[in-house]
Amino acid sequence: MKIFVCIKQVPDTETKIKISPDQTGIEAAGIKWVMNPYDEYAVEEANKLRDANPGSQVWVLSVGPKARVVESLRTALAMGSDEAIVVNAEGLDSFATAKALAEVIKAEGGAKVIFSGKLAIDDNASSVSQMMAEFLGVPHTTVVSKFAFTPESVTVERDIEGGAKEVVQMMTPAVVAANKGLNMPRYASLPGIMKAKKKTIKEIEFASLNIPATDIKVKYSGMTLPAEKPAVKMISGDAAAQASELVKLLRDEAKVL
Amino acid sequence: MGKVLVFAEHTNGKLKRSSIELIQAAAKSGNTVVAVAFGAHAADVTAAMGHNGANEAHIVKDAALDAYNPESFTANIVAIINKVQPSIVLASASSTGKDLFPRVAARLNTGVASDCTELKISGDNVTAVKPMYSGKAFATVNFENSPIKIVLMRANQLPVEAADTAKTANVVEHAAAATDLKTLIKEIVKGASEKLDLTEANIIVSGGRGLKEAGNFKMLNDLADVLGATVGASRAVVDAGWVGHGMQVGQTGKTVAPTLYIAVGISGAIQHLAGMSGSKVIVAINNDANAPIFQKATYGIVGDAFDIVPKLTEEFKKALHH
Ligand SMILES: Cc1cc2nc3c(=O)[nH]c(=O)nc-3n(C[C@H](O)[C@H](O)[C@H](O)COP(=O)(O)OP(=O)(O)OC[C@H]3O[C@@H](n4cnc5c(N)ncnc54)[C@H](O)[C@@H]3O)c2cc1C
Ligand SMILES: Cc1cc2nc3c(=O)[nH]c(=O)nc-3n(C[C@H](O)[C@H](O)[C@H](O)COP(=O)(O)OP(=O)(O)OC[C@H]3O[C@@H](n4cnc5c(N)ncnc54)[C@H](O)[C@@H]3O)c2cc1C
Repeated sequence: MKIFVCIKQVPDTETKIKISPDQTGIEAAGIKWVMNPYDEYAVEEANKLRDANPGSQVWVLSVGPKARVVESLRTALAMGSDEAIVVNAEGLDSFATAKALAEVIKAEGGAKVIFSGKLAIDDNASSVSQMMAEFLGVPHTTVVSKFAFTPESVTVERDIEGGAKEVVQMMTPAVVAANKGLNMPRYASLPGIMKAKKKTIKEIEFASLNIPATDIKVKYSGMTLPAEKPAVKMISGDAAAQASELVKLLRDEAKVL
Repeated sequence: MGKVLVFAEHTNGKLKRSSIELIQAAAKSGNTVVAVAFGAHAADVTAAMGHNGANEAHIVKDAALDAYNPESFTANIVAIINKVQPSIVLASASSTGKDLFPRVAARLNTGVASDCTELKISGDNVTAVKPMYSGKAFATVNFENSPIKIVLMRANQLPVEAADTAKTANVVEHAAAATDLKTLIKEIVKGASEKLDLTEANIIVSGGRGLKEAGNFKMLNDLADVLGATVGASRAVVDAGWVGHGMQVGQTGKTVAPTLYIAVGISGAIQHLAGMSGSKVIVAINNDANAPIFQKATYGIVGDAFDIVPKLTEEFKKALHH
C-alpha cells in the first residue's frame, strides 16, 4: 500500500528572525531551516507502518520553494522514506497548500493513510491536514498520540483538553495528524544519508496543478516583532518578605488577582 | 451590517468563558449575532447566549452531538452557516475549534485565520492578529476570496463584561444533519484533572526540573488550589515522567495565554517560552539569578522554590480569603 507523509520546512525555533521590508513575511536569508518537529513523528509512524506491512511504500511530499525544501525531503529519505515529491511554490496559504497536497496525492493514485504533523511551528495554524482531508473526501483526526492499523480502518488516540483522550476509529483512507508522544523518531543513519543523496526527488511546478489564484484565502500584513517587555522587577528580601511583596504587586500594581 | 455567527462551546450546558468572550465581541460590533450550540444540553445555554448579546440562539439538540466528531460537526455547522449566511464566523481556537473549522472552511471554499489573539470587526470586515514563529512575531491576517471570514481566537484574549439578564435571544431549533460517518468516536478517556485546561486557564502555576522530583508537584497543586489555577510543566519534567504530557507548556506542548503565569524552577528555554510568552503577567521563581526566564518575566524572585512557594500559598490565602 501507499502511505503519504506531508512535511513542511520551517525556521528552527532558535533562529533569529527578521521581518521583511514589506512586512508580509520574514527574510529567508540567514534562517536555519528544519523539518517541522511534528512531521518527524509523522515520518516515523509512516516508516513503522510500512515496515509492518511488506510491499508498502512511504512517499514524502512537501510544498515550498524547491531549492531549500528538498533538504527536508532528503532528511525524510535518510530516515527511511522511499520516495519524495516537491511541489515548487511560494506565497501559498494553508488552503492552497492543502489543495496542492490533495491534488498530488490524487494524481499519484491515492494513499491508504496520509500522515502530517498536528501543526507547523511557524504559522501555528493547524489547518492544512484537515483541509487536505476535506479536499480528498476522507476522514481525519488531529493531535494523534497513538496509532493502530488494519486494512479497513485505523484506530487512533487523540489528545484533547484537560488531559483527556478520545479513541477514534476511521475508515481508510484517512488523514492522521501526529502529536508528540506518538513515537520516538529515528535518527537518519549514515547509510540512509548516503542513499538519500542518490535518490531522485520528483519535482512538480505548482502552476501545473491548475489551482486558481482565488484559492489563496488569507494574506499576512503588518508583521511586527513583539513590543519590548519592560524590564523585570526583581523582588528582594527573605522568602516571607518576597512572598508578601509579590502578592501585593500582583493585586495592586498588575491587578491580576 | 451583516451577521456574525459564533460557534458556542459548553460543558454540559454551561457556556465556556471563551465563547462568552466571542459573543460579547460580536455584539459590540453592531452586527446581528447568531450563536450556535450542539448537543443534548444545547437548550440550557440559550439564555446565557442572550444575556451576553446574542440575537438568535440556534441549537441542534441531539445527544449524538454531545461528543465531538469532525464529520458530524462539519455537516451540522455547514448546514447552519448555509441557512444563516453570516459574513463572519467566530470560534475558539480550542481543540474542537482548531480541528473543525479548517475542514468547514475547505467545504465552504473560504478562509480561516487560526490561533488569533486580537480581533477587529468593522461592518462585514474582520482582521485578526496572530502570533507566528512561536510568538517571535505578530502578523495581521487579511481575508481574500473569502465569502465567509472564519476567525479562531485563543481563550482569554477579549474582555468579558457582566451579562445582562434582561437581554434574550430568539431560539431556533434545527434537526441534526444526516451524515454518512466514516469516523467513530469509540471512547473518551477522562483526564486526571478536573481543572480548566491549560489553554483556557486564567492562572497557571508551572513547575520545572527545579522541583527535583515528582512528589514535589504537590506544593504547586496546593498553590494552584488557592488561586483557582491550573498546573503546567516544562518538557524536562514531562520527559522524566513526573507529570503527563497534557500538562506540558511550550513548542511541543500547549500554547497558553493566561492572565498570570507563575514559573517555578523553570530555566526558560526558548521552546518553553514559545508556549507561554503570551501570558499577560509572568512571575519567575528560580534560585539562579541568571536564568533566562527572568528576561521574559514581569516579576522575579531569586530564591529556593521550597522556601518561597509555601510562603506564597499562605500569602495568597490571606489576600484572597478575607
Ligand atoms: C518564510 C515564510 C513566508 C511566508 N509567506 C507567506 C505569504 O507571503 N503569504 C501567505 O499567505 N503565507 C505565507 N506563508 C505561510 C505558509 O506558506 C502557509 O501558511 C503554510 O504553508 C501553511 O502551513 P500552516 O502553517 O498553516 O500548516 P499547519 O496546518 O500548521 O501544518 C500542519 C501540517 O500540515 C503539513 N503541511 C503544512 N504545510 C505544508 C507544506 N507546505 N508542504 C507539506 N506539508 C505541509 C505538515 O505535515 C504540517 O505538520 C509563509 C510562510 C513562511 C515560512
Ligand atoms: C525540539 C524541542 C522541543 C522542545 N519543546 C519543549 C516544550 O514544549 N516545552 C518545554 O518546556 N521545553 C521544551 N523543550 C526543552 C527545553 O529546551 C528545555 O530543555 C526544558 O524546557 C528545560 O526544562 P526546565 O526548565 O524544567 O529544566 P532545566 O533547564 O533543568 O531548569 C531547571 C531550573 O530550575 C532552577 N532550580 C533548580 N533548583 C531550584 C530550586 N530549588 N528553586 C528554584 N529554582 C531551582 C535552575 O536554576 C534551572 O533554571 C524542547 C526542546 C527541543 C529540542
